[in-house]
Amino acid sequence: MINVQNLSKSFGKLDVLHNISVEVKKGEVVAIIGPSGSGKSTLLRCLNLLEVPTQGHVFIKGEEITAPKADTMKIRQEIGMVFQHFHLFPNMTVLENVAYAPINVKKIPKDQARQKALDLLARVGLADKADVYPSRLSGGQKQRVAIARSLAMEPEIMLFDEPTSALDPEMVKEVLEVMKSLAHTGITMAIVTHEMGFAREVADRILFLDGGRLVEDATPEEFFTQPKSERAKTFLEKML
Amino acid sequence: MNLDFSKIVPSMPFILQGIGVTLEYMLLSALFGLIWGVILSLFKISNNKILNGFAVFYTSIFRGTPLIVMLALIHFAVPQLTGYRIEPIQSGVITFALNAAAYISETIRGGIMSVDKGQREAALSLGVPYRKMMWDIILPQAIKNILPAMVNEGIALLKDTALVSTIGALDLLRRGNLVAAEKYIYFEPLLFVAVIYYAMVMILTGGAKLLERRLRRSD
Repeated sequence: MINVQNLSKSFGKLDVLHNISVEVKKGEVVAIIGPSGSGKSTLLRCLNLLEVPTQGHVFIKGEEITAPKADTMKIRQEIGMVFQHFHLFPNMTVLENVAYAPINVKKIPKDQARQKALDLLARVGLADKADVYPSRLSGGQKQRVAIARSLAMEPEIMLFDEPTSALDPEMVKEVLEVMKSLAHTGITMAIVTHEMGFAREVADRILFLDGGRLVEDATPEEFFTQPKSERAKTFLEKML
Repeated sequence: MNLDFSKIVPSMPFILQGIGVTLEYMLLSALFGLIWGVILSLFKISNNKILNGFAVFYTSIFRGTPLIVMLALIHFAVPQLTGYRIEPIQSGVITFALNAAAYISETIRGGIMSVDKGQREAALSLGVPYRKMMWDIILPQAIKNILPAMVNEGIALLKDTALVSTIGALDLLRRGNLVAAEKYIYFEPLLFVAVIYYAMVMILTGGAKLLERRLRRSD
């Protein structure tokens, strides 16, 4: 589903990612973890070209998105993304937020898109908030709307960039629950997170990044019980 | 001190008719200035170096010269160059629109840049095309930031139109001056004119406040 080959990224003189190669199969849930500044978010953002890799190739469903003539817009429609700070559109109601892209990008009839949006909002437990503006929602509610907004485009891949890092502790659970239920639907997910318990429970694989390098690629069982690298060991000692 | 406003009462209708003239200059200039200003602001945020450079240079010209010099250049110098006798309404509106566009473009550029970068990323990640993203997502948010500054532009424009009295247009100020010259009293007609300008600016400010409150409903 996702195939990353020899990916490097630098911002000016700052090298953020070094020669990363990784493959994610269809339906797999991958957690990307590591210390701050290790390049986790940058790696994720390279997958839908919010960052353009300096070197290397990224293939989505066998198609190279880093090719010069790749249709970036088309690719992004198939990849949902959830941000740390939600980025809901404040000038639209919750329902309009969710239905906007299906109507304006996929050209789905309005009634149909609204019905679909309502269904999705019900799925994340926010059907009663359809007509309010995002400013009236709590952080956890905003993030659930953001997830519904991404799902409305029926993506085959969902990217989560620290989806719970900006939330109050008591709101983390409601968002993780939604993500957990999503993981069982067969959608491919890549999640940058600091929630070790969640990563261990939900992910099929753990990618551990440090200093822009992919240090470990293991099952949660292996990674959390017997990490191979020293770096992962010290990281886990601090986190757990 | 021997003020006598009764002396100008017969001339008041004549002066008041200048409101229409002043508004005509202002509204036409605002309309064209806004259109040209939006285009210039798009030049300024585009990645095209030529458009970008042009817009920045353009703005620097109007920032760097007195408006009355520009007005004189267009009204008196253009006829010399082309042989076309330009009317005050033409040269006035052209000058004010060109000038307002320079400032408006800067205001709009700032408003667009002040919208959270995440909004753009969220729109891009949903596959929303550039034009739609600007129109439906970025600009509606930018307008809230832009509006107060735009009102200031409108006020400045309204007051700047008084410059057309130097090229022979019968606006508020010129009518006041004519009355003054005719009756040999300066304070009364000019004070009357000043009060009218003030009232117009206050009405403009009040209208903008109402509009702003409506726009902030989603906060």
